[in-house]
Amino acid sequence: MHQSMNHLMQNDEIITKINQLLIDEIEIDEDQIRPEADLKKDLGIDSLDFVDLFVIIENNFGFKMKAEEMSDVKTLHDFYTYIIKRVNPN
Amino acid sequence: MGIYSVLGKNLEDVKNSLFQGKSGVILDPLRKEMGFRSALTGMVDRPVLKGVLDRRMRIGMAVQGEYAYMATLEALRVAGIEQSFLDQHEVGILYGNDSSAVPVVESVDILRDKKDTMMIGSGYIFQSMNSTVSMNLSVIFKLRGINFTIAGACASGSHAIGMGYLLIKQGLQDIIICGGAQEINPEATASFDALNAFSTNESEPSKASRPFDRDRDGLVPSGGAASVILESYDSAIRRGANILGEVVGYGFSSNGEHISLPNVDGPRRAMEMALKDSGMGAEKIDYINAHATSTQAGDSNEAQAIDEVFGKTKPLVSSTKSMTGHEMWMGGASEVIYSILMMQDSFVAPNINFINPDEFSTKLNIALKTTPAEINAFLSNSFGFGGTNSALVIRKFSL
Repeated sequence: MHQSMNHLMQNDEIITKINQLLIDEIEIDEDQIRPEADLKKDLGIDSLDFVDLFVIIENNFGFKMKAEEMSDVKTLHDFYTYIIKRVNPN
Repeated sequence: MGIYSVLGKNLEDVKNSLFQGKSGVILDPLRKEMGFRSALTGMVDRPVLKGVLDRRMRIGMAVQGEYAYMATLEALRVAGIEQSFLDQHEVGILYGNDSSAVPVVESVDILRDKKDTMMIGSGYIFQSMNSTVSMNLSVIFKLRGINFTIAGACASGSHAIGMGYLLIKQGLQDIIICGGAQEINPEATASFDALNAFSTNESEPSKASRPFDRDRDGLVPSGGAASVILESYDSAIRRGANILGEVVGYGFSSNGEHISLPNVDGPRRAMEMALKDSGMGAEKIDYINAHATSTQAGDSNEAQAIDEVFGKTKPLVSSTKSMTGHEMWMGGASEVIYSILMMQDSFVAPNINFINPDEFSTKLNIALKTTPAEINAFLSNSFGFGGTNSALVIRKFSL
């Protein structure tokens, strides 16, 4: 139970951090931050913004995003899941 | 027209500084720490554009693009051109710019540190290119006409206006945003400082730039941005625009000699060509805004060239670089604006710090102080490395 709680907290922290980075660095409106939001269509994140996300994620989470792993990442929820998997592989 | 200059961040402030003979030169201690021979520079605050432009529009812009954005906003406002007009008409941009040092240095520093190009991010490429100003402004203002940068060293801004004039005269464009931008930072000027070309009169920054004065000891680098809205006569009349002046002559030449040492013949030919193009005689020019940067060779050669063309008519001459320092890629455009401000308010701004002439400047009618003068037409000189020369003749507009 303790383990599980701890893991959930970590995921929440990761999501909070991603949201804050999107607001601060990519200047996404806070109101638009919803898990089901489509990164391109709803949040307006284009190919150039993805280049900046690469830098932002490495500087804040310490790993390099891989373009081939991002092909299935469509929504913000997908993005959370991808980052969480990379941060907590187990 | 619009201006973001070391003399002020708008036309009104700049006009007052010109009238008062105020210097925009300061001492930048950082340059001394970095190993500059001279820490003198013109200085203006960096505009704060967060909250004004969205992130994508901001992150591709180097500092000179930010200056140019501010100048262009004012220019469009003064010209009575709103975004809806730009959306519906084919308006172009020809901007003078010839460096973008900081983003080049910073992006390569990141690469050297991280050893991964992906860590550079998306903004630097659009900041690094010489065309950074025209590419950014054309996107921000949604321009759909001609769109490129003129890199002609310290004559860039002047050539931009000249080329815009030719395109409009050819009937190829109705309206072009022309101008010049110059970054202010040590990275952009370090290699220029290395040429021993800068004044080292650091004890009195406002007295360091002294074009035509016998005791001048070099130029003071400076920067900012200046935009003019060049428009065909028909378009301006159709819009009911307030016409500030009329470009009537553009002359250009190349010295074909030394990469940095100017001569007399090239500038003389550019001035003669501009006069011929204007259809006016030398006697019609009431004021010359000289290129004179406060270097020994440059000023004496220009003084000789001016004397060869205007020796009989002796119009008032001043170098506003005595106040601004050398605005380099911007100077050819800003000095047209400075001169139009003088033309509007019937005065010639002083060539400050001109105390003693040398054997060549003694032949010129240099404005020692702010001088009331009816200016119906002026000529503005701009010269650059490689021996590129540009001269523009602009006259007061009357129906």
